Amino acid sequence: MISQEEAHRAAFVEEARDLLAELETSLLELERAPDDLDLLHKIFRALHTIKGSGAMFGFDDITAFTHDVESVFDRLRNGLFRVNRQLLDLSLRACDHIRALLDIPPGQEAGLARDGRDILDGLRAFGGEPEPAAPPRTAEPAPGARPAAPRIFRLRFKPRADMLATGNNPLHLIEDVRAMGDCRLYVHVEDVPELAALKPEACLVWWDCVLRAEADRSSLADVFVFVEDDCDLTVDVLDDGGAPDGAFIHRRLGEILVARGDIAQADLEEALSSQRRLGDILSDRGLVHPEAVASALCEQQAVLELAQKTPEREKTASIRVAADKLDTLVDLVGELVIVQAQIRQAVEVCGDPGLRGLAEHLERLGDSLRDSTLSIRMLPIGATFAKFRRLVRDLAGELGKEVELVTQGEETELDKTVIERLGDPLVHLLRNSIDHGIEPPGVRQAAGKPRGGVIRLSAAHAGGEVVIRVADDGAGLDAEAIRHRAVERGLLPPDAEAGPREVYNLIFLPGFSTARAVTNVSGRGVGMDVVKRAIEGLRGSVEIDSVPGRGASVSVRLPLTLAIIDGLQVQVGAEYYVVPLELVEECVERTRSGDRAEPGVLRLRGEAVPCLRLRRAFAIAGEPPAIEPIVVATVDGERVGLVVDRVVGEHQTVIKGLGPLYRDIVEFSGATIRGDGRMALILDVAALVRRAAGEDGGRASFAHDGA
Amino acid sequence: MAEAVQTNDNQYLTFTLEREQFALDIASVREVLELVNITRVPRTPDYIRGVINLRGRAVPVVDLKLKFGMGATARTVNTCIIIVEVTLDGEATVLGALADSVQEVYEMESSQIEPTPRMGTPIRAEFIRGMGKSGDQFIIILDIGKVFTALELAGLAQAMGETAPESVEA
Repeated sequence: MISQEEAHRAAFVEEARDLLAELETSLLELERAPDDLDLLHKIFRALHTIKGSGAMFGFDDITAFTHDVESVFDRLRNGLFRVNRQLLDLSLRACDHIRALLDIPPGQEAGLARDGRDILDGLRAFGGEPEPAAPPRTAEPAPGARPAAPRIFRLRFKPRADMLATGNNPLHLIEDVRAMGDCRLYVHVEDVPELAALKPEACLVWWDCVLRAEADRSSLADVFVFVEDDCDLTVDVLDDGGAPDGAFIHRRLGEILVARGDIAQADLEEALSSQRRLGDILSDRGLVHPEAVASALCEQQAVLELAQKTPEREKTASIRVAADKLDTLVDLVGELVIVQAQIRQAVEVCGDPGLRGLAEHLERLGDSLRDSTLSIRMLPIGATFAKFRRLVRDLAGELGKEVELVTQGEETELDKTVIERLGDPLVHLLRNSIDHGIEPPGVRQAAGKPRGGVIRLSAAHAGGEVVIRVADDGAGLDAEAIRHRAVERGLLPPDAEAGPREVYNLIFLPGFSTARAVTNVSGRGVGMDVVKRAIEGLRGSVEIDSVPGRGASVSVRLPLTLAIIDGLQVQVGAEYYVVPLELVEECVERTRSGDRAEPGVLRLRGEAVPCLRLRRAFAIAGEPPAIEPIVVATVDGERVGLVVDRVVGEHQTVIKGLGPLYRDIVEFSGATIRGDGRMALILDVAALVRRAAGEDGGRASFAHDGA
Repeated sequence: MAEAVQTNDNQYLTFTLEREQFALDIASVREVLELVNITRVPRTPDYIRGVINLRGRAVPVVDLKLKFGMGATARTVNTCIIIVEVTLDGEATVLGALADSVQEVYEMESSQIEPTPRMGTPIRAEFIRGMGKSGDQFIIILDIGKVFTALELAGLAQAMGETAPESVEA
């Protein structure tokens, strides 16, 4: 059992990791848009939160280090200097350093101190550290990694008239406040004199502000930390967010009386209309400046509006769940699906109508339970993409190339497990693109291309699949060189007829990747077999395309989920197989003519569809039935018929891996459990067709009818 | 089963293939099942009979007799599947092995176990960890890990290669 404190520390570490990822993304974006103030604020806030909660949980090294980095960004956002590459390099290293500090056990930070010092020395050139590192603040008002609820603050910021002379721009500070949350501002211009008397270098405007933000008082005050001596500042907390939903409402006397039933609404209104407004009375008597009244009214309105927002925000609340709990849930749903299939089968046998109704009800429930369980595990792929920005930047810098990573489709959702296991293959593909695809700037220029290369990383849904593509505008693949090498290594017969695409795909062969010389010639192939294997392990496929001189693209097709699919069960002999339903177009029947039982062509509404006889492909003994069902499936945009003995029906299919013993059996993506407890194999139709085509000496002969 | 591993490592599960007596270290045995329906996976060597459903998992079943060149295991009332855990390619894997009959858990001190003779055993010596004795009869103690090592898997790939030449795309 872990203690409460350890749990909090663990929560901080996790939150800090998220913040670091965000920080890194923002830094990389900043490289492209160095003047984006929003980004600077975002970076500052992330650093600030890491610092603040780090202090709370005793991560003193992180706090001290982050404090110094933060000061640099504070100067930056106040416009004291501009973003440059050196600063970004140092900042990214700072991210790494903080991450490293998170990873090591407490007490061993000393080993990393040198790194930290180096980074800070570098940052010092940017004028960081305007004050000594703050001692860890332990007096933060709220426990927990972050203030639990948004608070409402009242803030009065009155710059001294000579503030502009110190190089501070009050507008930037106001912008910072606005960036912290929902903000209502009232500008006081009453001190501004007639135009004739106006001194442009004097700052005579001041602000009243109501802010609703997930921040604490000190972080709000921190915004003004560098102008403390040049302004009058008051910060009050109007609502500390601790009140239960909506309980906090400014109520006036009249409203309370009405609510208690002591007075009718109409009477109240009449009384109120005969009365002059308090603000008017006060300002008429010269007790208050009219501007002050206007500002106070503004605050009243703002507080009401902002307070009402709080419950709304909580509707979209989310919780963190340990991944293994989700995995267990998916396993359980998988088991349920199997039992459900068994019940369905049992009900069909016994034929009781009442039972059948119940079974159908159970099936509907099971379906929605499955869908919502699987949807919990669906995550947008964007977070993975963001990680690659750093990789691309670092690697391009190392190789002296200019590369821009353009991402698309970040919102595309994929199963958590798929996303996790996709990381490494994608890193490999990106590395290849940068290392071998994109040419050095000089070479590109000579070829009439822009100096910088572009890598497009995109994700999109296509039917029941997700297609992820890594495309670069580099040199492309040299088909001839690859063919030459493949023949030399005995991977391709010298007289083989292969189109460019087939030749490109040769680089996925294991033999290709190991030879150093090959990569020098072909430009690609480092570990591509590993990529292919990883993708296939996810029941996906990978394909490569290239235009010489214009670039190459690798497309990875993946199923949406690894756990459960809809399948069409078929029978051949005594064996059962499952065809993924998303591939199935239709089922037709054909009377077997004569004794020609060889694969043939099905005439389907004037189109010739090549057919594959599973009995033959799987060497299953026995006589086929006189009337053969054919499952017409679409693979890679082409139709193919699978000849079976019997179509059993649609079933939800829980996919079970076949394990390492069957690693090299490509035709099956797994197995599933039938209603009767037996196993049925799930067909990987694409691989099956490829294999069949390959054995028959190419697709042409595969499609050929004996007739 | 797990307790047995901890309390005694001199225990062996004995079983028969044809008339020969074999034994497996009890530490690698998870359970013994009656023969159930085995789903054949096409394009695999004959001695890999297919997969069974072991409480929702797909578990491959190997016909040891075919593997050892003793002919296929026939179905009888005594036929069993011994579920073992082995390490394949560095990955812990659960496999089933067919046996004509399973006999008993037998205790043998290491002093009772003799080294593998170079000749005279019905199966290749490298699969044998040693020879035990029960009365007059010899018991062949199998090295189940070796039976399924990566070397053997390479054999599987080769066997497949013979029946199905690798195509360009594969």
